[in-house]
Amino acid sequence: MIGARKHRVMGPLDYGRRMWVRLSLWATLIFLYAPIVILVAFSFNDSRRNIVWRGFTFKYYEKAWNNDALIEAFTNSLTIALISTVVSVILGMMTAVLLWRFRFPGKAPFEGTVSLPIIVPEICMGVAMMTFFADIGWPRDLPWPLNLGAITIAHISFSFPFVAMVVRARLTHFNPELEEAARDLGASQWQSFRDVLVPYMRPGLLAGGLLAFTLSLDDFVITFFTSGPETVTFPVKVYSMIRFSVTPEVNAASTALIMITIVLTAIALRLQNRT
Amino acid sequence: MSASSPIISINMISKTFPGGVQALDKVSLEVSEGEFFALLGPSGCGKTTLLRILAGFETPSEGEIFIDGADMGHVPPNHRPVNMVFQSYAVFPHMTVAENVAYGLKVTRTERQQIPGMVEEALELVRLEGLGNRMPDRLSGGQRQRVALARALVKKPRVLLLDEPLSALDAKLRETMQLELVRLQNTVGITFVIVTHDQNEALSVADRIAVIDQGRLLQVAGPAELYEYPKSRFVADFIGKMNLFEGTNVGCENGVLSVLVNGLGRLEIPVTEATHADVGLAVRPEKMLLLDEHPGDAYLAFPATVDKLSYQGSETRVFLANEKDVSFEVSVRNASRDSAADPFKGRMWVAWKHADTLILSD
Amino acid sequence: MESWRKNPRLFWLFAVPPSFWLLLFFLVPLALVWVLSFGEKVGLVDVVITWQPDNYMRALDPLYLQIFAKSFWFAGLTTAVCLVIGFAVAIAITFAPARRRPLLLMLVMLPFWTNLLIRTYALIAVFRSRGFVNAGLENLWQWANGLLALIGLGELQLLGTEFEPLQLLYNNFAVVAGLVYVHLPFMVLPLYAALDRMDRSYIEASLDLGAGQIRTFGSVVIPLAMPGIVSGVIITFVPALGSFLTPDLLGGTDSQMIANVIERQFKSANDWPFGAALSFILMYITFFAIALRALWVGKRRRGLAA
Repeated sequence: MIGARKHRVMGPLDYGRRMWVRLSLWATLIFLYAPIVILVAFSFNDSRRNIVWRGFTFKYYEKAWNNDALIEAFTNSLTIALISTVVSVILGMMTAVLLWRFRFPGKAPFEGTVSLPIIVPEICMGVAMMTFFADIGWPRDLPWPLNLGAITIAHISFSFPFVAMVVRARLTHFNPELEEAARDLGASQWQSFRDVLVPYMRPGLLAGGLLAFTLSLDDFVITFFTSGPETVTFPVKVYSMIRFSVTPEVNAASTALIMITIVLTAIALRLQNRT
Repeated sequence: MSASSPIISINMISKTFPGGVQALDKVSLEVSEGEFFALLGPSGCGKTTLLRILAGFETPSEGEIFIDGADMGHVPPNHRPVNMVFQSYAVFPHMTVAENVAYGLKVTRTERQQIPGMVEEALELVRLEGLGNRMPDRLSGGQRQRVALARALVKKPRVLLLDEPLSALDAKLRETMQLELVRLQNTVGITFVIVTHDQNEALSVADRIAVIDQGRLLQVAGPAELYEYPKSRFVADFIGKMNLFEGTNVGCENGVLSVLVNGLGRLEIPVTEATHADVGLAVRPEKMLLLDEHPGDAYLAFPATVDKLSYQGSETRVFLANEKDVSFEVSVRNASRDSAADPFKGRMWVAWKHADTLILSD
Repeated sequence: MESWRKNPRLFWLFAVPPSFWLLLFFLVPLALVWVLSFGEKVGLVDVVITWQPDNYMRALDPLYLQIFAKSFWFAGLTTAVCLVIGFAVAIAITFAPARRRPLLLMLVMLPFWTNLLIRTYALIAVFRSRGFVNAGLENLWQWANGLLALIGLGELQLLGTEFEPLQLLYNNFAVVAGLVYVHLPFMVLPLYAALDRMDRSYIEASLDLGAGQIRTFGSVVIPLAMPGIVSGVIITFVPALGSFLTPDLLGGTDSQMIANVIERQFKSANDWPFGAALSFILMYITFFAIALRALWVGKRRRGLAA
């Protein structure tokens, strides 16, 4: 009997098993993840100089939690992201259905304009928003949460085109006979929209919503230009803290935000798989 | 209402799409209550447009439609007494089988307590009992088709519209479903209007068939009449096989038409109506005989040489041609094993009865 | 698709809110900046609109041209590095076992969902002179020095008398490294999509016809992946060119990019008209890059159709 050969002969197309391919993949993953992993690990390090491990602690989380300005910025960010997501999903869905469903004069320019916020550099959008709110004399001393209005509006403007893009991509695979079937069975236009089209769009709405939420939570540049001195979001607060010094407190706050993002993504993936 | 009163009345319907494509050209026809009616034609002939006009998804450019005596001019699809089985079945993917069937009842505010019973009944009717909780992606194509049928029938429409309902099924299943459709129609007694491009399907299921080509209605007749007495070259050729000989009319006297056919000579055929236009003579392949000798005066017969055989199981198609290059296609039934083995070859007489000759002027 | 006239009520219901929003909260702000770019600063806060292209002329000043050139250089270098790394990663994912592919793809995309600021901050911690890279290098230095001492060369101080940390932050290197770090996922995704779509039999055919692996890569894989390459290059280059945060946090005084200059005009320098003109120049460059891609796609389509 011939002994089974452990060594498999590499096929000409087995690029996945070639050394340089594997090496570059692992090097890239380390490059992408090492900084984040180190950041998270040292939010638990009992030392201000976060280079040497001095033991496990939660004290920077405690400190961050007791930092009122940081918590306020965090609350602001979540509030803005939540409102921006809801409005963006509605506007994005409308845009997607409009472009998918109708022929109308001026469609091409409209389509181009909708994709503009995706293309325009953040800095340009930021200064545009800054100029706009300065010119119309947007009041700066409104009570919470109205003082978040300007930032929220800016976030919706750059988020909803992304939602529209995601939802529209899903709609291209929709079978129009489904909607006709609903109408044929006696559903009004509104009922067929609610019972057939919306359930079909749901995964797209979910993915688009998650994207809008992340974009809003993530945004620094546009918010930096739109926010007044009194309204600070989490990224803007972290920015000023980083400029000042690198502290484990920032690590703790950042880790919390990363966790929120991961949990949200996991929830969205779970929901998406269920439908 | 009497059984013969029209449930659908289509009056001079034309449809021109934006961009100038004319899908329908002054089509008029009536469908009787309880009929199984087929709209037959090649793809792109306008038959689906006509069905969609009946359902209310397209508005005609001209003409009017009455369903059950009511003008459908401005009635939206959800208020029409018709229901449709779509080509893709359009079974809602996010609802269970039972929810699909119940949907039409829910949106039209049927009393809640009645719905489960009606759904159960409809599923029994299409033989899907017990599958109510399945999701559509766990069903076969045939089963999805049945869901679409149940969903439409549960609404008890005056007319059921079927858009190429069997085209997505494989050949074997298609035959079973044809019989099933006829059984269903007999059970529920609802008028069925089916759109199909498959002539065999139309012939086997329908009571009457309307043949449409390029937006024009060519002929409306029962299956046998349509097959045996097509009124135009298109219908003759579209339904079944046909030998067609173009001829020149050289006179019509005393009920006998004289036609000069290139390669066959002068033919004299008894007719009931005089015609003076040039005509085409058409003979079905299975009406022709292959003989060793001339069969006599009751027949038209021409000598020809066997060119090619195509064995098809139940029959053999024999292709012949005479010395003037007129070709014949004769189908011979393989009634016994011997006859199937019997080779046709050499020169033979192609013969058919005078009465089996069709005279086509359109 | 149906004509809007068939269902005007529904059409307006869906058309008005997004159009209104886009007009009021996007186009009007852009238009205001455009008008502002033809203005002139008078006094500390006042601006008059002169409709003179002075601000655009000022952007041609060598000082600013140099910054534009630097921005292009950074963005171009970032794109090139991303393309090389991205191609290797995309190949690795494409040819990985099918059940492992979604996981690998997710691993590459996940950082994209993490806050940009946090990622940049994480890089600072790694690159600091007392950060991880330098700590690792110092260990290496000590270990090497120990080795030298062991073989009797310790006295020569071949590696210097003490470890000198590398300056990895606040310079051009840091900016490009940061830009690559942030933009790599943008490049991998279109490349992977293009490679995944590609029929393997093309590669097999090329190998079968006698071309070597390298030849096959050059004359089969790259041309077929071209749409992905072009998309990847554009969607990496465009945002990299307009980057603000990365050069701001990782760069030194001489590694400022256009966006940083714009920010300065709107914040500390308080010269909004000039900042407005610079933003519009940046926008025109962006549109030009995207138009180039559209042109390339159109040409390719026509070429394929012909």
